[in-house]
Amino acid sequence: MAKFGVGASVTRKEDDRFLRGKGQYVGDFRVAGMREVAFVRSPVAHARLKGINIPSQFRDAVYTAKDLTTVSPIVSAPPLKGFKRSAEHVLATDKIRYVGEIAAMCVADTRAEAEDVASAVTLDLEELPAVTDMLAALDPKSTLVHEEWGDNIFVEFGDNRAFDDTVKSSPIRVSRTIRTARHCMFPMEGRGVIAYDDTRMRLLTVVTSTQFPHSVQTGLAECLGVEHGHIRIISPDVGGGFGYKGLLCREEVLLAWLTRRVNCPVRWLEDCREHLVANANCREHYYQIDGYADTDGRLIAIDCISYVDAGAYSSYPISSAVEAAQIPNLLPGPYILSHYRCHSAAIATNKCPIIPYRGVARTHICVAIEAIMDAIAKETKLEPYEVRLRNMVRPEQMPYDNIVGKHFDSGDHPECLNRAVNAIGLKKVRERQKQAEPDRRYIGVGVSFFVEQGAHGTSVLASWGRPIVPGYEQANVKLTADGEVEVHVGTHSHGQGHETSFAQVAHEILTVDFDKIKVYQGDTLTTPYSTATWGSRSMVHGGGAVATASRILAKRAARIGAWLLQADPATTCVADSKVYADKGSVSLREVARAWYLQPQNLPPDVDIGGLDVTAGYRAARDSGTFAYAAHAAVVAVDSQTGIIELLDFVVVEDGGTLVNPMIVDGQIHGGTAQGIGTCLYEEMPFDAQGQPLASTMLDYLLPGATEVPDIRVLHMESPSPYTEFGIKGLGEGGAVGPPAAIISAVNDALRPLGVEVHDLPLTPAAVLTAIAQSRGKTKAAAQ
Amino acid sequence: MKPAPFELVRPATLVEASRLLAEGNGSARLAAGCQSLGPMLNLRLATPRLLIDLTGIPELTRIEDGRDSVTVGACVTTAYIEDGRLPGRGIDTLARIARNIAYRAVRNRGTVGGSLCHADPAADWVSTLFVFDAECIVHSNGKQRRIAADQFILGAYENALAADEILEAIRIPRLPDGARFGYYKVCRKAGEFASALGAVIHDPSRDLLRAVIGATHGKPIVIPDGKPLLGRDKLLDEAAILALLGQNNVSDRIARQQQVAALSRAYRQAVSP
Repeated sequence: MAKFGVGASVTRKEDDRFLRGKGQYVGDFRVAGMREVAFVRSPVAHARLKGINIPSQFRDAVYTAKDLTTVSPIVSAPPLKGFKRSAEHVLATDKIRYVGEIAAMCVADTRAEAEDVASAVTLDLEELPAVTDMLAALDPKSTLVHEEWGDNIFVEFGDNRAFDDTVKSSPIRVSRTIRTARHCMFPMEGRGVIAYDDTRMRLLTVVTSTQFPHSVQTGLAECLGVEHGHIRIISPDVGGGFGYKGLLCREEVLLAWLTRRVNCPVRWLEDCREHLVANANCREHYYQIDGYADTDGRLIAIDCISYVDAGAYSSYPISSAVEAAQIPNLLPGPYILSHYRCHSAAIATNKCPIIPYRGVARTHICVAIEAIMDAIAKETKLEPYEVRLRNMVRPEQMPYDNIVGKHFDSGDHPECLNRAVNAIGLKKVRERQKQAEPDRRYIGVGVSFFVEQGAHGTSVLASWGRPIVPGYEQANVKLTADGEVEVHVGTHSHGQGHETSFAQVAHEILTVDFDKIKVYQGDTLTTPYSTATWGSRSMVHGGGAVATASRILAKRAARIGAWLLQADPATTCVADSKVYADKGSVSLREVARAWYLQPQNLPPDVDIGGLDVTAGYRAARDSGTFAYAAHAAVVAVDSQTGIIELLDFVVVEDGGTLVNPMIVDGQIHGGTAQGIGTCLYEEMPFDAQGQPLASTMLDYLLPGATEVPDIRVLHMESPSPYTEFGIKGLGEGGAVGPPAAIISAVNDALRPLGVEVHDLPLTPAAVLTAIAQSRGKTKAAAQ
Repeated sequence: MKPAPFELVRPATLVEASRLLAEGNGSARLAAGCQSLGPMLNLRLATPRLLIDLTGIPELTRIEDGRDSVTVGACVTTAYIEDGRLPGRGIDTLARIARNIAYRAVRNRGTVGGSLCHADPAADWVSTLFVFDAECIVHSNGKQRRIAADQFILGAYENALAADEILEAIRIPRLPDGARFGYYKVCRKAGEFASALGAVIHDPSRDLLRAVIGATHGKPIVIPDGKPLLGRDKLLDEAAILALLGQNNVSDRIARQQQVAALSRAYRQAVSP
């Protein structure tokens, strides 16, 4: 018999509609009388906005900041010492701080006409010098993004664990500098917003492509001065989020305001150009990192200074602090060391805000710490994986508190890395490298290893600084009158397959036919308040809540079943969609019919809470789960063209108990493709005036089917001792490991040329430049 | 991203299209597959008053199967060529070129003539037709003139068409038996425009070594006789290619290096047994 519970690779319920083109995205909604919105966006990065010229025939179709007298700016200020607030006016008032900032809103019957209006509006701008480089922004003489701050620093973080001068006498010291490009997040579906006034329910209703409907509800309430209860957010099918839909957008505030002003439904659908140049980037980091080690490759200390280019504003509710906050917190990664110092800061520049992309800061943290591991390997002449092994937590040390107090919950890290090394065929690659390739390319192999703290609990997130701190997830689970199950959750699936995996959890406990379990999400009117889906939290927290509510429901159903069977309740159990007792069984359908349709037959002491349960969940420890993975890559580098080809890619991942291994494989494949994009292709360059230069997909490269190799995924399953079923969060790891593994492989390949590269993306130009520099050095040395 | 308002006409004959173009007086634009013009319209980088859709004109998709050449209507799509539907011998290599242009969805609509007229220096058809020494047949108001493909393009995004002229067809000479074709492009990913491109035809029977360097900033570089570039080892001489690139103002170090690799590899394909 087919299995549908926890651990089964069940085909996804949602795929039937997705694959038939019957999903319902924001763009599929039609509301009678709906008008369309286009925005006038700033063409310059930094300027005083002196005026907005609106041709007289369009005066009624254009709205500017002057019209928004009742709207507050978006402020996302976490309660962190020294954090400097940025106020993001939803329409620019007196100052423009990045290209694409919205200056005016145009409404018309069609989008094309709205764009006609927008193209007729001109901005009177007095351009200011732009701050486009985060290191230059630190110069005391730098132009200021926010004059009132006195500098360009949002917030700084530091950590020091026994770091002192004794460290400097370590036998080995290695030092690396790493810069990573900004890039875009590129969900297949862009953002989109429809706003209308539901006059029957007195609900300002916003249909929006978001990862977290309730946070948008809270943010809108603050900006519009409307109570929570008067706002309804519907997030329908969403075609990917990856963090890009994890914020309150100006557009959501603007359309929610506009619909009541123009008294009709209004819609805005983001276009690709808006995505690329205006609406948020990610991933721009800088690291100056030193590692100290013993002659046997054992790590003694890490010392790091790091900056994050956070752009012009702090996004709500994640805030501009989160990546800089993560760096000191997560940099030691999986390794054991005894001395540690790290300083990080989030820097404001005249670029659009960055928001956390799948993996958040971990991807580049992994690049930085793994660069140190490779550097130690180079000094000690050990295999790079061997250096990693020597510095890992051994399984018998689990659970383990690392140098910054991260509590690794379970697992066998060395086993994971060893499996990856074997699977990638390290020995074979080393043999192959002894002979020249027929096409004269250079072959290299690399590994990366990381822990993926996921499903962070309340206390962890409070320490990273957020204006909204996530609480405890709840789920509503009910048995309907015909014995089917409805699950309502506040988390939101935008590709993760929760309609399937949460149904598996409910099925595991309630045993109702899998086809008869439906999961509902994405509507603030019908789901429990939740900070929803991000940070690999939904399966642990949301799944935990579904399990908790299902267990209570099973008990209540069993109680009614016992009465119907006239059996001792203590002898009952729920299995195969039935309540069994010592005296036989009764189906859950009959139990449901008894409760809903024939309640007169039930005993007077029946639980009148009925077959409808809302329950919450808190993990036994809220310090997060620690999935971990090893990524291994084989590359071929063409030293004449600079082109890098991935020949093989292996991921060995331990995500605790897997609810649906097929979905996990999908998560890893998708994440790895994104990690390959981060490493080799994706980049949003800016010129010195702050102009984003990749404004179409002609200039912005994403990996496609031909660039992503057949990713081989191997699983380990070490349950977390602290969560329901032992589940760990693992939605982001795929995107964390690839850059570090590929860089390591490229450097391995180019070792005969004496070349090392670290900056991202690793473009052909970067490879060729590094080779040329190395040749230049060799020549200089020869002279 | 919606285009500014324009009028759309779909003439049924070349003569009518030519008349409409002349009447447009500079504010009309010809549209074939719209794979480059479409995005430019949507980004409002192009704002013609009148768009003349050429895809309803039967002459423009005609194919003439000649003995020494095949004449391909300007609106024949890249997908048509990819699928091996051009008749006869000596041009089968064009299917290989077609297969590596952009993506199938683009190839389904994109046309050979449109690509040539758009004159993107990195376009595959531009360098390919240059190295084949193809001939463009240009129509205006019932009259025809012929012009070599490498004269049809004047510079980046600049063609030789007069205000009332339409590219009607391209005559592509067939490679004789024994002639070989080499083609190498450096692309960061499949389907993207090349950052360097080399195309070579080697025909020992005519003692011909014709080469093209594409994906430059200006018009692709035609090398009518590549023999002076050969070094002592009968391979292309790197220094000679670099000198040639210098003469053509290709100064970026990365571009120079990739172009040397692309041309050398194309040459090796064309001469390897």
